[in-house]
Order: sequence, then structure tokens, then C-alpha cells
Amino acid sequence: MLEQVLITIATAATPLLIAAVGELVVERSGVLNLGVEGMMIMGAVTGFGVALATGSPWLGVLAAIIVGTLFSLLFGFLTLTLVTNQVATGLALTLLGLGLSGMLGEGFVGLPGVKMTYLNIPYLTDLPFIGKLFFGQDPLFYVSIVLTAGVAWFLFRTRAGLTLRSVGDNHASAHALGINVIGIRYLAVMFGGACAGLAGAYLSLVYTPQWIENMTAGRGWIALALVVFASWRPWRVLAGAYLFGAVSIGQLHAQALGIGVPSQLLSSLPYIATIVVLVLISRNRRLTMINTPASLGRPFVPDR
Amino acid sequence: MRIELVKRPQYSRVFSALSPFIALVLTLIAGAIMFSALGKNPADALYYYFIDPLRETWSLHELAVKAAPLILIAVGLSICYLSNNWNIGAEGQFIIGAIAGSILPVAFPTFQSWIVLPLMMIMGMIGGAAYGAIPAWLKVRFNTNEILTSLMLVYVAQLFLDWLVRGPWRNPQGMNFPETRTFHPYAILPEIWPESGRAHWGFVFALVAAIALWFVLSKTLRGFEIKVLGQSPRAGRFAGFSAGRMVFFAFMLSGALAGLAGISEVSGAIGQLRPVISPGYGFAAIIVAFLGRLNPLGIVAAGLVLALSYLGGEAAQISIGVSDKVVRAFQGMLLFFVLACDTLIHYRIRFAGPAAKAQEAGQNA
Repeated sequence: MLEQVLITIATAATPLLIAAVGELVVERSGVLNLGVEGMMIMGAVTGFGVALATGSPWLGVLAAIIVGTLFSLLFGFLTLTLVTNQVATGLALTLLGLGLSGMLGEGFVGLPGVKMTYLNIPYLTDLPFIGKLFFGQDPLFYVSIVLTAGVAWFLFRTRAGLTLRSVGDNHASAHALGINVIGIRYLAVMFGGACAGLAGAYLSLVYTPQWIENMTAGRGWIALALVVFASWRPWRVLAGAYLFGAVSIGQLHAQALGIGVPSQLLSSLPYIATIVVLVLISRNRRLTMINTPASLGRPFVPDR
Repeated sequence: MRIELVKRPQYSRVFSALSPFIALVLTLIAGAIMFSALGKNPADALYYYFIDPLRETWSLHELAVKAAPLILIAVGLSICYLSNNWNIGAEGQFIIGAIAGSILPVAFPTFQSWIVLPLMMIMGMIGGAAYGAIPAWLKVRFNTNEILTSLMLVYVAQLFLDWLVRGPWRNPQGMNFPETRTFHPYAILPEIWPESGRAHWGFVFALVAAIALWFVLSKTLRGFEIKVLGQSPRAGRFAGFSAGRMVFFAFMLSGALAGLAGISEVSGAIGQLRPVISPGYGFAAIIVAFLGRLNPLGIVAAGLVLALSYLGGEAAQISIGVSDKVVRAFQGMLLFFVLACDTLIHYRIRFAGPAAKAQEAGQNA
């Protein structure tokens, strides 16, 4: 029973984790992409469609990653090359993604989707208590953990990661040192887009293998909140994602049990929890200022 | 080849006026390409979207019905965005305004008097303003990111409305449909010209709000304060303006206008509360605000354009069988083009190839 609950929590947490880790890299490079929700829903619709057409969930995942990346390039071109306002452009990306996905996915509504098969290693998966939890989940769960570890290692243990952080903390100095600020930010934005696309595919291929309009239901925004909650540190993003996974699974169980509280109130818990957590974490103004990448959201035009 | 931006010494007045139009033309071109891809004749499609709804009186009325909430919300948002307060939760403030304004006709249906309607409008504004005050208070008091909190509150508001109309406020004579009782005649916002169509007084509210805020922004100290605090909070502090108070002012004003839009929509166009009362007006209004270049008078024009796209979507669905989902994709594209074109106001764009580089090097030598 406990094992089953932990597994469902992991299923709810994984898409948040993947999207948030991607956005973390973007924000560490000094760019605020509020379009996570839009890239995610585009990933969800293409992942679903391609998996349905080809019968292969992996091709669906691949297509979702590509579309997420292309979508993020649109954002990158506007904010990095044309120096548009990052907040407004991110919002535009979200609105465009929600609109386009509704249009593209209209024919998919009600169709049974392709579900990704779970990992099954003889003997290991059958171990009592921990077998299913550690060796019997969907493949993308493992990808999300490796991704978190990889990003943590990259950001804080490699030279390239240091360069990326320097761009996010002070783009003018980085530029003066001869670092290609815009180029690095493009790469970071594309990584964020790929992750958001993957997270979307997780929703439509693992979490609920079907297409529902607006099926991301604010998860892209919760991922953005997670990055703030985690004060821009990968392992804390993981902790936060599982906390939110627990809240959303907890409220689903409470709804199923029918504990006499209106289901709408329970459904709003993840959103209220997001607000509460943001308040708790931002309360300390000094600490927030130390943690936030200093150039976050600031436009950069190289002088020549 | 590379794209380079060269900062203009002064912002370009020409492009400041032209950029929304360039964006519209680009959106139309992109739309034509999209319709060809869908296998429709692009000329037909654009005709049904943007010309056909303008040909009949009744559909002009529908245009005003749809433009009213968009304009009301967007002029409020322009104050927020000019003062650098990112309120993206207008959809939630719209819903809470509609709920607060509906208390009298739904919970006290026997109280019927001419005073009900004005009270409803005021309560709607108070509801929206109070809901807008939450992210403002969290921002000022706890330094919380207002973008995320205001958006999260949209979901909370939608769920709250859903609970109300399925639970305590469900119509006792409504055969279990998730709706409140229909409003009594005293609670209905009247039409402007009942003989010719459905356009209600919400459109007048929108025009009055736009003109009033245009006046505030361009002629008063408060308008100056909004813009200074938006562009340079430091300069604003030196001038003695309070950033904290501005956060409350912007959020509560835009919340009140969104709330007024909500109760006007419910009382003027729908006549009762339902689980869903807005086709995304609160988000489309963000596009309206930017298309109108954050200028209240520009927003009136922009609101009409977006309202036209909603109407055109319905018309095109009936006449050429294009899904009404296309509209939202269209609106998203429009905002993209608007933002991209605004770059031209402050920068000249130069396409730098190897030749240009060499020339530049020659000049420097």
C-alpha cells in the first residue's frame, strides 16, 4: 500500500521535476521563460499524436522534445535577438501553445493513447517493498532522476556550468571576458524547451495516456514556482516536486474517500500550496536576493 | 549573416504608431498560410473571420458584447504593466467579481428594486479589487512573485465558482443543472438599443473606463507616477513615490475593472452563473493590452480587433467548418508579432554579413 502511494507520488512529481529542472538551467543563465506551460502542452499534444500514429511511445517522446525545443527557439529569437520583454514574451508563448495545441489535438479527443511500458527487470522488480519502487517504474522516471543529477553536476562541477552561471549573474562582465552571452542563453533556453516538451509527453504518454485540452492544468506554472522554491538548486527542485506530488496525490485520495470536503476545495490545494510555499520562501528578502541569478529577466544587448 | 540591433538615439514615433498594424498584417499572412495548410481557401477563411461579422447590425452588437470585457480588463492591465506589476490573474478577478456581484440576485432573489443593479456593479468591483489585492499584499508584505500568485488564484477562482454553482447556489428549480437561478429583471444590465441588438451597458462602461484612464495617464500626476515607478523604481523613490502603494493601486484598480467586466458579462450577456462564464477573456485581455500599446485609447481599438477574432471564429466554424480552436492560436500568434514589432520602436535592425563586418573594420582602422 505504502509502496503504491509512493509510486503514484513519483508519477505526479516526475513531470514537474523534468520541467522545473529545465527551467532552472534557463534561469541560471539569466533568462526568465514564462512559457513553460505552453511548451509543455505542445509536447503533450505532439507526443500523443506521434505515438498514436507510429505506435511507438519513444518516437512520441522524441517528437515532443523536438517540438518543445523549436517552441523555445521562438521565445529565444524574440527575447535574445530582438530583446523583447521576457515576461510578456513568455506569456505569449504560453497563450500560443495552449491555442495551437487545442487546434492540433482536436482530432485526438477521446482516442485511447499509447502507454509507455514500465521497467521490468527479472528478480529485481519482484523484490518485496522496494522492487516496484526502484526497478519497476516508467523509464522517464529514471530519466528525471538522472537529469537532476546531471544538471547538478553540470552547474556546480564543470567549467561550462560555471560559465553559464556567470552569464546569469552578470552578463556585462561575462561579455567583457569574451563569453558569448547570447549564444549560451540560446543553448540554455533550448535545453529548457526540450525538458518542457519531455515533461508534456510524460503527461500524455504515462500520467494519463490520452489527450485532454489544457491537460497541463497549470503544471508549467507550478514548475516555475518550484524553481523559486528551490532557490535555483537542482536537488531542492527534486524535493519540491515530490512535495507537490504528495499534495496532489493526497488530495486525489481524499476525494476518492469522500471525506465530506467539497472536491473543488481539494482540487485547489496544489494551487494554494504553491502560493503558501512561495510566500514562505520569499519572505526573507535578503536570502532571496542572494539566491536569485542577478541578471534574471534583464535584457542584454552586446555593445560592439 | 547575423541580425544586429542598433539602438536608436530616440524612440521612433513612426514605428510606435505603425508597429501594431505591421503585427496585424503579419498575423494575417501567417493565418493565410495556416489556413492553406488546413486545406481551406485562405481568402475565404480571412473573409469569414474579419469581414463577414461586420456586415450585419446584430453581429456588430455581438462585437460590442465581446469587446466590453476585453477592453475593461485590458485598460486595467495597462496600468499594471506600465507600473511594472505583472498581474496575469485577471481571469480570476473577473470570476470573483461576477460571483460577488451575483450575491444579491442569487441569494436574495426576493429583493427586487432599481437599486439592485447599481449595488451589483459596485459589489462586483469590490470583489474583483479584493481578489486583486491578494497578490498585491503578498508582493508588498512577503516579496512574493506576483506573476505566479496571481495566476494560481485563477485556478482557485474557477474551482470556487464550480463549487458554488454545483453546490450551495444551484438553482432549486433547475433540474439539477449546474447553474444558479436566472436573474430577475431588476438584476439584468439593460441593452443600449434594445430594438437593434444585444449590446449592453458594459460596452459603455468600457469606453468610460478607457477615456478616464487615458486622462489619468496622460494628464495627471498619478499617471506620471505610474510610468516613473514602472520605468525606474529608483527614480520613483527619489521623487517620493511609494512603490508599495502603487502595487496595491495597480492591482486593485485592474481587479475592480476585471470584476466589473465579470458582473457585466453575467448580468448583461448570460443572465445567471454557470461553471464557465468566460472564454478566456482575462488572458486574451493581456494580448489586447499589448496590441493597444498599453495606451487606453489604443486598447479600445485592440479590444474590437480581438472581439472580432472571437466572432470570426464562430462564423468560420459555421460557414467553412474551421474549428473555433483556431482562434486562440491566432490570438497567440498576434501577441508574438506585436512584441516582435515593438522592437522596431527602440532599435534599428541591421543584417550584418561578412561584408558589413569588413566594412566596419575598415572604418575603425
